[in-house]
Amino acid sequence: MEKEKVVEVNELTKKFGDFTAVDHISFDVYKGEIFGFLGANGAGKTTAMKMLIGISNPTSGEARVSHFDVHHQAEEVKKNIGYMSQKFSMYDDLTIRENIKFFGGIYGLSRKHIKEKTANLIEELQLQEVADSLVGSLPLGWKQKLAFMVSLLHEPRIVFLDEPTGGVDPITRRQFWELIYAEANKGTTIFVTTHYMDEAEYCDRVSIMVEGKIEALDTPKKLKQSFKTDSMNGVFLKLARNVE
Amino acid sequence: MFKRFKGFVNKEFYHIFRDKRSMIILFGMPIVQILLFGFAITNEINNVEVAILDKSADSETEVIINKINASPYFNIESEVQSEKEIGEVFRKGKVKAVLVFEKDFANNLQVLNQANVQVITDATDPNTANTISNYVQSILQHHSEEINLQNEVPYKVEVRSQMFYNPELKSVFNFVPGVMTVILMLVSAMMTSISITREKEQGTMEILLVSPLKPIQVVVGKVFPYIFLSVINAVIILLLGFVVFQVPVEGSLVLLALESVLFIITALSLGVLISTIAATQQAALMISLMGLMLPVILLSGFIFPISSMPVPLQVLSNIIPAKWFIIILKGIMLKGVGIAFLWKETLVLIAMALVFIGISVKKYKIRLE
Repeated sequence: MEKEKVVEVNELTKKFGDFTAVDHISFDVYKGEIFGFLGANGAGKTTAMKMLIGISNPTSGEARVSHFDVHHQAEEVKKNIGYMSQKFSMYDDLTIRENIKFFGGIYGLSRKHIKEKTANLIEELQLQEVADSLVGSLPLGWKQKLAFMVSLLHEPRIVFLDEPTGGVDPITRRQFWELIYAEANKGTTIFVTTHYMDEAEYCDRVSIMVEGKIEALDTPKKLKQSFKTDSMNGVFLKLARNVE
Repeated sequence: MFKRFKGFVNKEFYHIFRDKRSMIILFGMPIVQILLFGFAITNEINNVEVAILDKSADSETEVIINKINASPYFNIESEVQSEKEIGEVFRKGKVKAVLVFEKDFANNLQVLNQANVQVITDATDPNTANTISNYVQSILQHHSEEINLQNEVPYKVEVRSQMFYNPELKSVFNFVPGVMTVILMLVSAMMTSISITREKEQGTMEILLVSPLKPIQVVVGKVFPYIFLSVINAVIILLLGFVVFQVPVEGSLVLLALESVLFIITALSLGVLISTIAATQQAALMISLMGLMLPVILLSGFIFPISSMPVPLQVLSNIIPAKWFIIILKGIMLKGVGIAFLWKETLVLIAMALVFIGISVKKYKIRLE
């Protein structure tokens, strides 16, 4: 039986004037998969991601996320995805509880549902003691774990993580990836951009974007074999060199 | 739908009430400004120090000097003996005006029916100098009328001026509408533009745009609390004006409330417009201060009368919403007129609000592309 496609991208292109930021990319992402979306700064991965989450319209080509067209059904897409950006994305001057309540509210969860979710989340991340403190007073690692959990409040089929572990220490990054694994095991699809090559090794499949095109897409193991190197870092460097 | 909106507005109130800076701007500033403008910054004069050069020193000049001294506006500080000393007392800085009585004052008055007083003022502050000179003239005029009561004068033209709407010429009558305009502009435009750009800066705007909330809901949710707070502000200012300075509201309170809400909406849409241009809170603050506050204070007719500005500035003042709102406020508060006299200004404000909203919506969409 073929696996369900949660993301289908076909010849997706975005141009800004003469500059082609995303150049006819095509790929699929399957249910429950951890999909690594890699690329150097300026390779076009943020632009591609913005089209997938419905806040930027493609110039040509099409993409479906959770079976909805990102261009024509952006509203439906937005209801079915979670998103966490590289900039920390919760309100520092609200408490943990208030943040959860707010984000639950804008996704239309009922009051009762939000209460349950809040209790579970605080329990799971062991935040009982700080649940009523302002988010601004928490260490960055905690904030990011919290932001990840909050992006899952409305139980989206897929969650987009834009460099979620930027600026975090290795131990916290490890813990963050444990959360990701746990969520993927529940069947949620994870779409993650990163520039930490060791994190690329944790992904089920990895695509590497260079100058607007996807130059490689496979499991980390097969990528390392075909590029004859023993680390993802090696794969990345070889790809970059080819282009030069 | 409504529940989502309520949640959003609640969040906005948390932001405002937990930020000391916002609270000070919101509630400290209107009170301080009204009290400052009402008490300290006035065009009225009180207890101005005056010196006398009395070359005549007769019974007539004594009466006049006593009258001047008795008025609340003037204090006779010293007597000088010669013209040379006048410059000296001015340089010392305390004395703002010198009255010079000519020689044989009483005699001239009796024989020639005319005697001269010269008023010399320190015009380093031209407004004060002008006011002093006017006040002295009116005291002297009054005095000469009293003399004339005893003697029949065959023909004379008398000017009796009466100041409508503000008989005592209290400057606070001008400042309360002015300050109200400035504060509403500040709270509505500056605070909203800062609060929206803050979401952009923190990256939370992106999260909101990815959520099922429509952009328009985000903007309305952010703007709504400020309508509420601005209205509270307007009430505080009017109450302070009424209780402390006896500034009346002659016209309809309902009309005043509606016009205020209209102005608030105009200012809010300007704030939204600024937030679509500015990328950072700093930029939003600068644009609001330079682009809004200065014109509102200088070109709206609040402090400087528009009719005495050079023509290009007069033309420019037309595009400043505050100008129209001040006309409306003064009309309702001081003259007690209704919409029949203010529909033109009201239409201008409505048109401005629509234009600002239109541009913001267009800009907002472009940014999302």
